[in-house]
Amino acid sequence: MTAFDPATAALDTVVEAGEGFLGPIPAGGTFRIVDLHGNQAVDTLFYDAADVDNRYSAFDTVREQGAVYLTTGSRLLSTRLDVLATITDDTCGRHDTLGGACAQESNVVRYGTHTRHQNACRETFLRYGAAAGIDARRLGHNINFFMNVPVTAAGGLTFVDGVSAPGKHVQVRAERDLLVLISNCPQVNNPCNGWNPTPVRLLGWWPV
Amino acid sequence: MSDVLVSHDIPAGAAWSVLVRAGRELRLTALGPGANCSTLLFTAGHPVDRLNVPDTLKAQMSATIRPPMVLMSDRGLALCSVTGSSLPWHDALCGHSADARRGLLSELRKHGRDVADIHGCVNFFAKVATSDDAAGTLAYQPNHASADDWVALRTEIDVLAVLSTAPHPLDPRQEAQPVRAEVWAAEPAGPDDPSRTFRVESERALLLSKEVFA
Repeated sequence: MTAFDPATAALDTVVEAGEGFLGPIPAGGTFRIVDLHGNQAVDTLFYDAADVDNRYSAFDTVREQGAVYLTTGSRLLSTRLDVLATITDDTCGRHDTLGGACAQESNVVRYGTHTRHQNACRETFLRYGAAAGIDARRLGHNINFFMNVPVTAAGGLTFVDGVSAPGKHVQVRAERDLLVLISNCPQVNNPCNGWNPTPVRLLGWWPV
Repeated sequence: MSDVLVSHDIPAGAAWSVLVRAGRELRLTALGPGANCSTLLFTAGHPVDRLNVPDTLKAQMSATIRPPMVLMSDRGLALCSVTGSSLPWHDALCGHSADARRGLLSELRKHGRDVADIHGCVNFFAKVATSDDAAGTLAYQPNHASADDWVALRTEIDVLAVLSTAPHPLDPRQEAQPVRAEVWAAEPAGPDDPSRTFRVESERALLLSKEVFA
């Protein structure tokens, strides 16, 4: 698509596995995440740039779209039911927003005390979010781009190998001035990253 | 089970909050058909730590809240154990309505908390199943709760519970019902407690709750 040529991108950066990113997306801007090696989980939060208390809400988004998975056409809603962004392109197929982020403490619960001091997404969110005033009170439940968390009609929930592959991408259009906060998940204890966290590429095209 | 310590009937469409010491039972009872109780939970003695629905669900491999799951906080603590319920399913995927938000905020502000403290709630007495289709389509289940349906939570640490009886946001009837909230002195959990033996993850969260204060 010539309109979104990486050569013309205003933002073009690689986030290593276990690292984070905080940056602005202007209203009308297009933001793309590329899963460079496949099966990566990209924990992502969006905030209204003018008010970080108006932040992405997983459960408001799920309820208002009437479905648990995110894909092209999904509107990403805030806690005040504002549309923060719309998914405009998705070569992966579906994305999770129920599974939340890993944390040092939840790793202990899920995998045992030996994981207590491993790198985890919640801590990355807090480290990168601090510059924008995003503290623990302002950490909502995130999107896990490229992650596969099947939910069953019987009320079950599992984590399985990703449905992504090298080069797959997801793209959103900002419906207002946003901040995006990313933790490129370092999780090595479950299949969401294919047991092998890898870098992702972020691209952005802003309105002129 | 001994005497009831607190009993409060939350009117239809109203909100209420209560601080509950560790080792109590917080019992919620529907007082009308189709009741809903949107519930936020916090560690009482901590400025931030609160219910984390994604961690609660993924650690116990469930997309719904039911006995004997434990409700986990951001810090991996078991806030409460769901010790019993007349219903097998309580919704935790859909969040609260705008009406519930107003009531929850009103109560939160009494405790020095505000919009930043709102988090994913449990909608006790409501059921929203998902379809096995590609989108995971939601289906609200009408008539899930009847009058006298109940759920019991054993507090594992001191908690602040903030409750709204506004209807579930997907309930097409939107007829709010009252809910009775009672606090009882609970029996201490034994080593064979169902919440402890349910899953190793549940047990670890319960153990972390005992390590909050050294």
